[in-house]
Amino acid sequence: MKVLLVDDEKELVTTLAERLNLRGVEAQWATSAEEALNRLQTESFDVAVLDVKMPKVDGLLLKKQIQERCPATKFIFVTGHGSSLDFETGASEVGRDYYLVKPLKIEVLIAKIKEALQR
Amino acid sequence: MAHLDGIGRSGVQFFGKMSASISHDLKNVLAVINENAGLLDDLCLMAGKGKPLDPGRLKRLAEEVKNQIRRGDRIITYMNTFAHSADSESVAIDLRELLGLLVELSSRHASMRGVRLEIDRSSDAVTITTSPFVLLNLLWRCLDYAMAAAGPGKTVELGAEKTADGARLRFRKLEGMDAAAGSFPAEPEGSLGRALSAEIRLDPGTRELAVSLPGKGQGE
Repeated sequence: MKVLLVDDEKELVTTLAERLNLRGVEAQWATSAEEALNRLQTESFDVAVLDVKMPKVDGLLLKKQIQERCPATKFIFVTGHGSSLDFETGASEVGRDYYLVKPLKIEVLIAKIKEALQR
Repeated sequence: MAHLDGIGRSGVQFFGKMSASISHDLKNVLAVINENAGLLDDLCLMAGKGKPLDPGRLKRLAEEVKNQIRRGDRIITYMNTFAHSADSESVAIDLRELLGLLVELSSRHASMRGVRLEIDRSSDAVTITTSPFVLLNLLWRCLDYAMAAAGPGKTVELGAEKTADGARLRFRKLEGMDAAAGSFPAEPEGSLGRALSAEIRLDPGTRELAVSLPGKGQGE
């Protein structure tokens, strides 16, 4: 399975990609929507893990742009929102099952990636 | 706390927005530290299975954790300064320091909007006596307008200068001012301005927004 991680926190996505790769998940990363869309010109991904809040183009808009190019890609959203109210608000927008809060637990992320692939 | 009575909803909204933004930034710091610690764990597990540890890789991970701790410390320091800004009704404020705090507090909002913030440090430092929280609240609303008026990919320049009867704070390079015109300044800004006896003026000629504050502005 091939996963694209998109978050404007470069240290976060690079380290997370390395950890996923160590676990046999082929992960690549981008730090902006523009960079992510550039990657999609030459390759496709089974799952995209998107930060909800990013400069210029947020995760929700990026999802639509990726879907136009790669309709088969599945999505997981990640957020830095801290409270349960924030979680409920965000989860209602993107779906509770595929909405994770930072800091991430890698086992949970991998389980969600596998679940997303079976959707 | 009487100085806060008149600003009601605006003050609470301001405090809430800043707190949410700060908590978001701190979550990101923790998330990066979490991944670095996780990778250290992974490398140790692999070392246990016979794969040698790379000291250079370990050093880079330790450096990144230290970087994030410095970042977190800076966020908490300005958060603390912001929290204490509501303590006093009237204190002497170095306006350039206050602009520095405003830029730190607004950096996430600016980044989300693709706007850069720069402080013009070419003029002399100027100090004025007023309510720091109410002034920050007013300046944040002005900056919110200034970022919309500058537009994505642009820079807003902030500066402070002494005037004959006080001090002036400026938001410059608002190239998209005409398109952003309309409801600014509105009642929240008016109410904050009255609380500080400040005057808010938009100048389409020079593409700037100025806030004039009365009082004994003291230059260096």
